[in-house]
Amino acid sequence: MSKQLLLGDEAIAQAAIDAGLSGVYAYPGTPSTEITEYIQQSPLAKERNIHSRWSTNEKTAMETALGMSFSGKRALVCMKHVGMNVAADCFINSAMTGVNGGLLVVAADDPSMHSSQNEQDSRFYGDFSLIPMLEPSNQQETYDMVYSGFEFSEKIGEPILLRMVTRLAHSRSGVETKVLKQQNEMSFSDDPKQFILLPGNARRRYKGLIAKQENFVKASEESPYNKYIDGPNKKLGIIACGIGFNYLMENYPDGCEYPVLKIGQYPLPKKQLTQLISECDEILVLEDGQPFVERLIGGYLGNAVKVKGRLDGTLSRDGELNPDSVAKAVGKENKSTFVTPNVVEMRPPALCEGCGHRDMYTILTAVLKADYPAHKVFSDIGCYTLGAGAPFNAIHSCVDMGASITMAKGASDAGLFPSVAVIGDSTFTHSGMTGLLDCVNENANVTIIISDNETTAMTGGQDSAGTGKIEAICLGLGVDPAHLRVVVPLKKNYEEMEQIIREEIEYRGVSVIIPRRECVQTLSRKKRSIKK
Amino acid sequence: MKKDIILSGVGGQGILSIATVIGEAALKEGLYMKQAEVHGMSQRGGDVQSNLRISDKPIASDLIPTGKCDLIISLEPMESLRYLPYLSNDGWLVTNEVPFINIPNYPAEADIMNEINKLPHKIILDVDKVAKELGSPRVSNIVLLGATIPFLGIDYSKIQESIRDIFQRKGEAIVEMNLKALAAGKEIAEKMM
Repeated sequence: MSKQLLLGDEAIAQAAIDAGLSGVYAYPGTPSTEITEYIQQSPLAKERNIHSRWSTNEKTAMETALGMSFSGKRALVCMKHVGMNVAADCFINSAMTGVNGGLLVVAADDPSMHSSQNEQDSRFYGDFSLIPMLEPSNQQETYDMVYSGFEFSEKIGEPILLRMVTRLAHSRSGVETKVLKQQNEMSFSDDPKQFILLPGNARRRYKGLIAKQENFVKASEESPYNKYIDGPNKKLGIIACGIGFNYLMENYPDGCEYPVLKIGQYPLPKKQLTQLISECDEILVLEDGQPFVERLIGGYLGNAVKVKGRLDGTLSRDGELNPDSVAKAVGKENKSTFVTPNVVEMRPPALCEGCGHRDMYTILTAVLKADYPAHKVFSDIGCYTLGAGAPFNAIHSCVDMGASITMAKGASDAGLFPSVAVIGDSTFTHSGMTGLLDCVNENANVTIIISDNETTAMTGGQDSAGTGKIEAICLGLGVDPAHLRVVVPLKKNYEEMEQIIREEIEYRGVSVIIPRRECVQTLSRKKRSIKK
Repeated sequence: MKKDIILSGVGGQGILSIATVIGEAALKEGLYMKQAEVHGMSQRGGDVQSNLRISDKPIASDLIPTGKCDLIISLEPMESLRYLPYLSNDGWLVTNEVPFINIPNYPAEADIMNEINKLPHKIILDVDKVAKELGSPRVSNIVLLGATIPFLGIDYSKIQESIRDIFQRKGEAIVEMNLKALAAGKEIAEKMM
């Protein structure tokens, strides 16, 4: 078959289509967004009627995908690592129910936090949910793992977790694709109780899942993605997980002098691991993210095997791996001739010129700083988080999707006034609605600004689940119509905006202000496509 | 054959359009390539870079090691300096000289030029001016690409072919304009070497 230049994310998408996918379910999140976008734009996916519309959040995505698997078809769920926290309830329980149609869950981790608020390692989720995991090292392997992953999932009757990292998700390389498979027909489990996790059934399912573990280890030992590559120097044995393997090989273009165990499938392959540990004096673990393997084989007290890695300082405890840090870990050094001169300044990202969030923050901060020095602004995850920087310096928190509204409520409960929340439209429907209901039920004294740009902007302008429905949702949750205010954030409306903000801060109860103006990026894209 | 290239600029300037043309050409030559891109938060006016690696042998790392980069291509002068630790002893820097000022503490232009001029191998040009003279400000990125031709290690004809393929659907006039921009950049670089 032909070779295509694909991002790691696109390799996942193409492989899933080729493997007979019937539906992808996802909420946008860097670095996972391009998987679903690729399927949305694929003519082949359209022709095959593959579901690809965005879900409202990762939990609804995971559950919908499980429903498709329940019905015998192959489903893909994609999210960034923190999305796993949102999807976790269903994710962990999907290991308990098992699957019918093949189910692949992609968690795209972001070591070094390029676009994230933490660098949690999704392999821990795979570990405690007791299902097999795949961790590719390059684009071709990504394709191959996904292509065969659905079949593997159906064979073992469990979902499979594919762990990506930013560098692979967003790196392009030539990928050879395979023959297109048929989609599954609808079918249901022979066991009518499989998906009913009442305690009695759940205990039975859990024993079954535990009993499968030995087979999962065996599958890892026989997996083509786990390779023992012998080397003459047994002073050191190297375990290289995922893209850690690439950085190692970059430093040994003619082959590594030490034995290397390349890991691409979990649970860890016991046989090869035992061989490496018995033959080598010391073990070095190269893994992108947190020291998952290192802690496992070193033992909690660190006295099981002599292991070097992120815990003993051989590699940095945080941040992604790179060819330079791995070089140092094997006693080499990449030297540079030039340095970055001191004249080079930081250039942090900023809100676009003409963005409605700018107008919203301009007036909000003017009012708060002038008349309410005790104010706090709880913000959320999205472009408007950039209100943290100059010239606005407007916000006091950004924690997780939806936390603006609920943290504002908690602070108000504690006595803070004024307690202001700033959340975007997509984040509001993702995880803000339930918090608003909490506020309404107690008539909490909070001013909630839903800064509506009618898109999921930070990830590149994907559809927002609540477009055209935000007022109806707020009213439906019980917000007083007199304190649901809509305004267009433009310079000419500054006076009106200021008046509304003042009035609603002064109102002792739940207020929702919706400054609404389309994202300048999506607007200009629309204009360009109309021109064409 | 092995070329490690860093493309740099400011989010929104379109460094990836340059990478796409080189990548297409590399693929046509039957070479291996890996290209790490930046998506997400930094695209909003922050500094962006892309690591582009081309080789006739399989490539291990998606990222270029320190001191191993053969060529830095930058759409912005201050950004051209940010990745200097990656540049090899005899590596080249090809950069646009027009600053993109979206931060309050942007350094004096003379200080930036002074640092660029310290480098042993560099090409500095005003791609916006060249593009305007050609009659289309939009082709400035291709002017910059043209200025890298002497250092790319890929046939000029292959790059031309790649431009034809990529811009074909936009019409012959656009293809010709981009080919002219490519030639103009190449000519400037050859004169400066």
